[in-house]
Amino acid sequence: MTVAPLLRVEDLHLHFRTAAGPVRAVDGVYLEVGRGRTVAVLGESGCGKTSLARAILRLLPRNVAHYSGRVLLDGEDLMVLPEERFRQEVRWARLSLVPQAAMNSLNPVLRVGDQVAEPLWLHGRVRRPEEARDHVVEALRRVGVPPEFADRYPFELSGGMRQRVAIAMALVLRPQLVVLDEPTSALDVLTQANLLNLLKTLRWELGTSFLLITHDLATASELADDVALMYAGQIVEFGPLDRFLTGPMHPYAQALRASVVSLREERAPQPLPGRPPSLLNPPAGCRFAARCPARFDPCGQAPPLVPVEGGRRVMCWLYAQEATRAR
Amino acid sequence: MRGDPLLAARGLATWYELRRWGFLHQGWVRAVDGVSFQLAEGEAVAVVGESGCGKSTLAKTLLGLVRPLRGEVWFEGRRLGGADDWRWYRRRVGYVQQDPYGALPPFMSVRRILEEPLVVNGVSSPSKRRARVVEALEAVQLVPPEEFLPRFPHMLSGGQQQRLVVARATLLGPRLLVADEPVSMLDASVRAEVLQLLRSLQQSHRLSVVYITHDLSTVRHFCERVLVMYAGKLVEQAQVTDLLREPKHPYTQALLAAIPDPDPENARRLRPVPPGEPPSLVRPPEGCRFHPRCPAAIPGVCDRREPPDFEVGAGHVAACWLYEGARTVTAAPAVEGGGSP
Ligand SMILES: Nc1ncnc2c1ncn2[C@@H]1O[C@H](COP(=O)(O)OP(=O)(O)OP(=O)(O)O)[C@@H](O)[C@H]1O
Ligand SMILES: Nc1ncnc2c1ncn2[C@@H]1O[C@H](COP(=O)(O)OP(=O)(O)OP(=O)(O)O)[C@@H](O)[C@H]1O
Ligand code: SF4
Ligand code: SF4
Ligand SMILES: [Mg+2]
Ligand SMILES: [Mg+2]
Repeated sequence: MTVAPLLRVEDLHLHFRTAAGPVRAVDGVYLEVGRGRTVAVLGESGCGKTSLARAILRLLPRNVAHYSGRVLLDGEDLMVLPEERFRQEVRWARLSLVPQAAMNSLNPVLRVGDQVAEPLWLHGRVRRPEEARDHVVEALRRVGVPPEFADRYPFELSGGMRQRVAIAMALVLRPQLVVLDEPTSALDVLTQANLLNLLKTLRWELGTSFLLITHDLATASELADDVALMYAGQIVEFGPLDRFLTGPMHPYAQALRASVVSLREERAPQPLPGRPPSLLNPPAGCRFAARCPARFDPCGQAPPLVPVEGGRRVMCWLYAQEATRAR
Repeated sequence: MRGDPLLAARGLATWYELRRWGFLHQGWVRAVDGVSFQLAEGEAVAVVGESGCGKSTLAKTLLGLVRPLRGEVWFEGRRLGGADDWRWYRRRVGYVQQDPYGALPPFMSVRRILEEPLVVNGVSSPSKRRARVVEALEAVQLVPPEEFLPRFPHMLSGGQQQRLVVARATLLGPRLLVADEPVSMLDASVRAEVLQLLRSLQQSHRLSVVYITHDLSTVRHFCERVLVMYAGKLVEQAQVTDLLREPKHPYTQALLAAIPDPDPENARRLRPVPPGEPPSLVRPPEGCRFHPRCPAAIPGVCDRREPPDFEVGAGHVAACWLYEGARTVTAAPAVEGGGSP
């Protein structure tokens, strides 16, 4: 018997209302995060990564058109919890978020220490300011922010330090799972390296699981055990990161892998040919079909999510064919 | 005049005052502290450096959004002094600010955000405006455009907001674009696309670009020159290929070493970074500002005397005592008196 994963997402949908029609930002997502593991959600700009984080954390904007599916944390379905209980028992305490551009989203008029203490007060973990202070100093120390910074305002800190503060806030109640939305993409390489080193150490020391949202394969490879490749609102490939790096399976994964250039190469970065589909009217068949060099007859139908060896899954007819042929 | 730089910064110093309770003077944050460089017409120069080293402050100073304590900005041979100069200049400059959401008016639709600058600049035909707007959206891959036109900024993803800001900044065909991390939220594919757009504007319209970025791997293909900034100062300036092939300043070397390539081994090891944090800009270290973190620091020299700019190759300048034998460079003499009225 296998142990239930820490997080399991099943058939998750989140659509937004717009003047032009509903935008299907998250459209049937399946995903798992194992205990103590880190999963990178990798995908291009606009494919639905932040929306997926919002759907998991129930941080919904006002213009939601449709929201359904199951989000199981430790086997418990979060989607059916009343909002009140979700806020009191889950958010910050068991599941927290470092939002995209967190360094710009700190409250500018609140001192750093007071922001980090906010989840503590919200969850009634502290009664007196001195008590909160101790927790805050400890939380800041853990992420490498000098304690005296607690009295500063966000604008007095560099971007890297502000990002650390946002991480300290997400960790202050020691949740099991932290969703990091593009935690390093706005930072220079050294600050990035420092922050990734910090996150690695936190993983090793606290055993926290991370859902790391990123558009950058190199960043994913710094932290993740598994990769969930997202395309047009769906996860099209899922599996261990090293297998993904050495042998990507989905044609989109292969194109992406080939498009990444490193500093050490002379090759110019090439955009993938074609464009991502509209999320208003996604094609009925495979969403990658218009850009896919391997497209063939069955691709006019929506491809199934095919389990392949090594715990991998691919949403593509190429592998469905193989699976049936093997049988 | 031919050969004149389009833009020249001379000895710029921008300090922020630190106050307690809003009025007690506590010191200065020396965010930009003596920066000089030139930018030729049609040239793209990248500014790289660690978070907090003063890149955005430099951008804002070049745009006149913050006042420098000292130093001058010259554009097309004209020194920008009075309000008239700045007004004249701002019509010729596009700005992509670092925080795209903060740059976009929350209650305006994408259509209005892009149409308004056209209206202000006298494009009176609605169909012409519409065509320009659609073209601009397509250029930054916000497609199909009709899906994005009615949306408000909060209905766009992070990277889509960023692309909208780029579209707006390039819409009126500026002479100079100051772009502060314009593609940081974009994946490799869209990033290449947006940078190719800037590159083509640079070639077709002789657009000059100050490109603030942390992405050194794209710099090679989209810029001619790189300025490396550390703690408010430029520590190295060179042609891109020279800098990547042979970085001279120990800080630049550390910066290049920190860039990851995708590799499954990455997750199992820590990345080498120079010890310590960038210094306080309120009380920067004496001598070379990098000396507390520098593996090559020369005791008794680096911690006492500030290194001048040494010419370490053709068009290659490094402010580091390791190159003491080389000729020193004096700051930007070419503009002296260049275009005074
Ligand atoms: N509140 C909203 N209303 C309407 N559409 C939205 C809203 N939020 C996001 N979208 C759209 O949903 C799609 C997915 O957006 P999301 O923010 O999840 O993308 P992302 O993968 O995080 O992209 P990025 O890497 O650029 O941040 C985009 O096309 C976006 O325009
Ligand atoms: N309004 C302000 N008042 C006081 N200090 C400020 C102000 N704005 C910026 N600073 C400080 O000036 C220094 C330079 O800031 P700047 O934003 O220019 O850095 P940066 O290189 O753009 O950093 P990043 O890569 O994080 O964007 C930082 O130490 C910052 O904390
Ligand atoms: S299902 Fe067909 S079109 Fe889609 S990725 Fe696979 S081969 Fe390409
Ligand atoms: S001047 Fe000295 S301390 Fe500064 S970078 Fe050069 S060797 Fe290092
Ligand atoms: Mg996002
Ligand atoms: Mg900045």
